[in-house]
Amino acid sequence: MLDTSASLDLSGDPRRLRRERNVRWLFLSAAVFTILVSIAIVLSLVGEAVAFLQSIAAEIDEGLGALIADGWFPRRDRFDLRTIIWHTLAVSIIAMAVATPLGLGAAVYLSEYAKAGVRRVLKPVLEILAGIPSVVLGYFALRFITPDILRNIWDTTQQSNLMAAGIGVGILIIPLVSSVSEDAMQAVPRDLREASYGLGAKKWHTSMRVVFPAALSGIVAALILGLSRAIGETMVVAIVAGATGGSLLQLNPLNGGQTMTGAMASLAIGSDQVAGGVAAFQSLFFVGLLLFLMTLVLNIGSERLVRRFRQRY
Amino acid sequence: MSIRLESGPVVVGRAVSTGAASPSPASPETAPVIFDIKGLNVYYRDFHAVADTDLDIHRNEITALIGPSGCGKSTVLRCFNRMNDLIDGARVEGRVLYHGIDLYGPAVDAVEVRRRIGMVFQKPNPFPKSVYENIVFGPKVAGWKGNLDDLVEESLRRAALWDEVKDKLDGSALDLSGGQQQRLCIARAIATSPDVVLMDEPCSALDPIATYRIESLMRELKEQYTIVVVTHNMQQAARVSDRTAFFSVDVGEEGQRTGRLVEYDATDQVFTAPSLKETEDYITGRFG
Ligand SMILES: Nc1ncnc2c1ncn2[C@@H]1O[C@H](COP(=O)(O)OP(=O)(O)OP(=O)(O)O)[C@@H](O)[C@H]1O
Ligand SMILES: [Mg+2]
Repeated sequence: MLDTSASLDLSGDPRRLRRERNVRWLFLSAAVFTILVSIAIVLSLVGEAVAFLQSIAAEIDEGLGALIADGWFPRRDRFDLRTIIWHTLAVSIIAMAVATPLGLGAAVYLSEYAKAGVRRVLKPVLEILAGIPSVVLGYFALRFITPDILRNIWDTTQQSNLMAAGIGVGILIIPLVSSVSEDAMQAVPRDLREASYGLGAKKWHTSMRVVFPAALSGIVAALILGLSRAIGETMVVAIVAGATGGSLLQLNPLNGGQTMTGAMASLAIGSDQVAGGVAAFQSLFFVGLLLFLMTLVLNIGSERLVRRFRQRY
Repeated sequence: MSIRLESGPVVVGRAVSTGAASPSPASPETAPVIFDIKGLNVYYRDFHAVADTDLDIHRNEITALIGPSGCGKSTVLRCFNRMNDLIDGARVEGRVLYHGIDLYGPAVDAVEVRRRIGMVFQKPNPFPKSVYENIVFGPKVAGWKGNLDDLVEESLRRAALWDEVKDKLDGSALDLSGGQQQRLCIARAIATSPDVVLMDEPCSALDPIATYRIESLMRELKEQYTIVVVTHNMQQAARVSDRTAFFSVDVGEEGQRTGRLVEYDATDQVFTAPSLKETEDYITGRFG
């Protein structure tokens, strides 16, 4: 028979229970607040973007055809999306072409080749590079990359050009790419390296055939993070690629051209410029929504890719 | 036998360097010495891990390194193929002569050393790749040209694993059981046709059946290879090895623990009539 005679109290200290409940509420409200802010941002973007589409449909002769026009000149009601999307892609491709080899090279060096002492010095230096304000890098590209490098190679390079912007953005994201992928390589167990060296593999083979594939999911994540950062980078492209309000579609990256972020920045600077038309100001939100969707797709895609490349070890 | 350990183009032939496989087990007195170690001292930064150790390793024999935890068995073993190079602050003094060449000499490339002296670790550490890729890794990085399929089959057969994995060569090595993984690591080590195989507690993560299989495998392999094995299992040392080296720890005035080889002889001798009381206590399970 069950003994119920003893008076046993297992209900716990009510003060402690209350405290735990409060802490739980505190964290929950922080989480909810963050989610609400994100939703509010997206909703306001969507609202203004729809208003933009409605107003060009109503007020401009071509209607929605203005989205495929001769160049991006919002104050002249020409909103050619191909122009700014292509320029954004061009800058991002150039940036990745710079940041992928340099960032991954630095990561492999730091993780596999550098002696502990060298690594202790170099890693923080690289992280300081990550802290350089992008506006500084923008002027560096404008004053140095364009006149001293690009003009020496291609003398037709324009003062404002997509190439210098891409290189500047590439330099900007090197620390991000290298530090995230270096962490991924460091996380590869020592066992696997020893197995490889024990079989007579050189450092090169160990890095490329053992460490790199084992860290691939982290490396892919690093590259996609870098790419989203490149697509969203504003200051460098606004300064270097074309501070002018609009541009025609430029296939040659040595010419200047407006990117998505550049377009938004120049629309937002100075209200008198924006005064050109209601649609011009609203186009800012429409482009913002497009940018948001692009990075969202990238992030979802990266999640998939990372899972696909994940190697158990 | 002439051996080059400088870096440079090297033909890793399957037929070379497997040694003269004598059908009868080499007797401890006659087997030629392939490692001649004199005055070995190993430091990890200022920590003196192993002191003044002299040791000979004989061809086609199994030499067991035994002793209490932390006495430097792994440290000594890792001097045989310069694995200690990978550890920051590790320093080796003394001579490690391999076929008369000092492995720590100036013209010796650690990569060449490790191609001849393979290693099996305590924890099975297959690459997160297919079974097949694991076996061909070593020969491929050595630039070996030959029939890889045959090499895979032969290596797996010699490691007594072929029948169990012949249908899953393209499956991940991580899907094998622990004992299978360890035999895969042995197969991977012998796929490069080494001269010596070093094993650091190869059975410590395995059950008795897998242990038994690996022990019989070691006995077969010693016909072709020379094996040095670290083990905590006294029965295992007694069962498989021809010679046994017993390491012990000296505790210094400030409590620093330095390992030292204290007894080295034919295994029968060490286990039946050890010359030191310390050895006897250790192998019979009575610790100082
Ligand atoms: N990488 C290292 N850095 C610093 N000290 C080390 C390192 N590896 C080993 N040691 C020290 O060297 C001594 C010998 O270690 P070792 O691993 O050779 O012992 P062991 O005899 O193999 O022990 P076990 O039987 O527990 O594996 C120990 O005191 C250990 O703490
Ligand atoms: Mg050990």
